This record gives sequence, structure tokens and C-alpha cells, in this order.
Amino acid sequence: MRALVRSWVLMAAMLAAGAALAAGKDGIKGGDIKAGQEIYARCLACHALTYDRTGPRHCGLFGRRAGSVAGFAYSEAMKHANIVWDAKTLDRFLANPTQAVPGTSMGYAGVDQPQERADLIAYLRHENDSPECRNAK
Amino acid sequence: MSFFMFANQLAGVSNRRAFLSKSGLLLSGTAVALLAGQDALAAKGGQAAGSDISILNTALGAELEAIAAYQLGAESGLLQKPVLDLAVTFQGHHKEHADVLSKTIAKLGGKAVLAKDKYNFPADKLKTQEDVLRFAAMLEKGAVSAYLGAVPLFDNRDLSKAAASILGDEAMHWAILRNALGEVPVPSAFVS
Repeated sequence: MRALVRSWVLMAAMLAAGAALAAGKDGIKGGDIKAGQEIYARCLACHALTYDRTGPRHCGLFGRRAGSVAGFAYSEAMKHANIVWDAKTLDRFLANPTQAVPGTSMGYAGVDQPQERADLIAYLRHENDSPECRNAK
Repeated sequence: MSFFMFANQLAGVSNRRAFLSKSGLLLSGTAVALLAGQDALAAKGGQAAGSDISILNTALGAELEAIAAYQLGAESGLLQKPVLDLAVTFQGHHKEHADVLSKTIAKLGGKAVLAKDKYNFPADKLKTQEDVLRFAAMLEKGAVSAYLGAVPLFDNRDLSKAAASILGDEAMHWAILRNALGEVPVPSAFVS
């Protein structure tokens, strides 16, 4: 009986992990929102969700053309990056921002672990659907 | 030992003026070494210096915002001594960071960003001393990560060293603020 319970617990854990990590429709491995929130803390010297700081706001990020938040002083490189932000483009940029967009003002080495990037993107996507972001100007 | 006991002991051992004077001397030493080390690079100029200037300007922008954030906290009326004194001390460190960054950018031939006329802060969410401390801790933690992400990118290793020096200071701020909030001051062996 104990072995059966153990196998159920194991199976449930595997299913939960599978659901959390399954590849999304855009091909990026699914992320953990809570873990992503922790990783987002690394961004908080320069970014906020609802307002511009040293970096631009993150509300409205998905589907937005890079360098297009009105009134934000982007680098020339970002203005001409010709990127539309989605999970794939974010994944590539976050892995190594200065390599992805040479000349970007985001002088940050990047988030090198794919799972951490997936978590961060999952958090950003979740927050973009939140009332806080929907109500942001 | 509570944060308040710690802070009071700090005040007892060394008054704020002496503390600021000592920290100023230390940072001035770093600043002098940093600025002296830039002559060769400044003479070279080029793409590498341009990239370093861009990173330094981003750091400067964040430092200027941090100065403004601490000013908001100090003027909020929510901070009680000795927390208020520490906030002012930390703001002084950020002013020193900004001064060094600004001078280094100029030395490299760049144009340093200036403080904005107005910053966006979630002032409506800062209703208690704890709110202010939590907000400051969030900024300091972010600053640690930002400098950590900048250190490997500099073309000039003197700048990496200077950024690491500032990172250490930001990490101490973060730890003290966490302690003040009743959290484990140093939550892990590594920062990220």
C-alpha cells in the first residue's frame, strides 16, 4: 500500500512538473510564475511594470515593438532593433542583451539559464494580464 | 540583536559625521584610482570606450533615481531615528557613486546623464516606515543585480573593479535594510 501511495505521489509530482514546464505554443518552455517573480527582482533597479524608470515599463510588453514606448529615451540601437516582443524574442534578448541588440543601453550580461528566462517570461506574461497592467496608462 | 540596537551601537561608536567622513575617504580612494586609470582608455576612445560609457550612464541613471528615492523616504516623515540617519547615510553613498560615475563618463569623453526633473515612485503605497524600508530594499537588491550584470561587460577591467566595489556597498545596504525589516539579512551565499 505504501509503495502504491508513493507511486501516486511521484506520478502527481511528475504531472505537475510537466504542466509547469511544458513547451508553450511559441516554443519557449513554460515557466514558473512565482520563480519568475523572484528573478524579476533583479530588474528592479531599472524597471517597473507600470511606469518608466531607467528602463521602460513592462506592462504592454507582449506584442509591443522594441523602442516604442512613447516618451521613453531609448538608445538608437533599440529604436532600430526591428523586434516585436514575444516569448521568443524576449528569450533571445534576455539571454544576452548586448549581443542581441548591440548598442542597447541595457548594460546587463543577461539571464543565462534557459529555465530562469522561461520563468521570468512567464511572470511578465502573467503580470501583463493583471488588472494592474490593464489599468496602467 | 535587533536592528535598532545595532543602529544605536553604530551611532555610539562612531557618530554619523565621522562615519560619513571615513566612508568618503574610502570611496574617494576608489574614485581617484578609477579616474587615474582612465587616461589611457580615454586617449584611445573608440567603440570599447563607447560601450563602457553606455553602461556607466545606465548605472548613473539608476544611482540618480536611488538618490531621489531616498530623498522621498527622508522627507516622508515616516522614518524614525536611527533608521532616518541610515537612510541619509545610504543616500550619501549613492551620491558618491553618482559623482564617480559622472566624472568617469566625462573622462572617457562621454556625456553623463543628468537627474530627471521628476521621478515616478509609488508614493501612494508608502504609508509606514516598513513600506519605505521595503521599497528601499527592493531598489538596493535590484542595484546589486544590475552591477553584477555590468561587471563582466566592461571592456576596461578597472571599470569592472569599480563596479564591483559599488556592488559590495549596495549589497551591504540591502542586508541592513533586510535586517531592519526583520528578515534574514544575508539570505544566501551568492547574489544573482
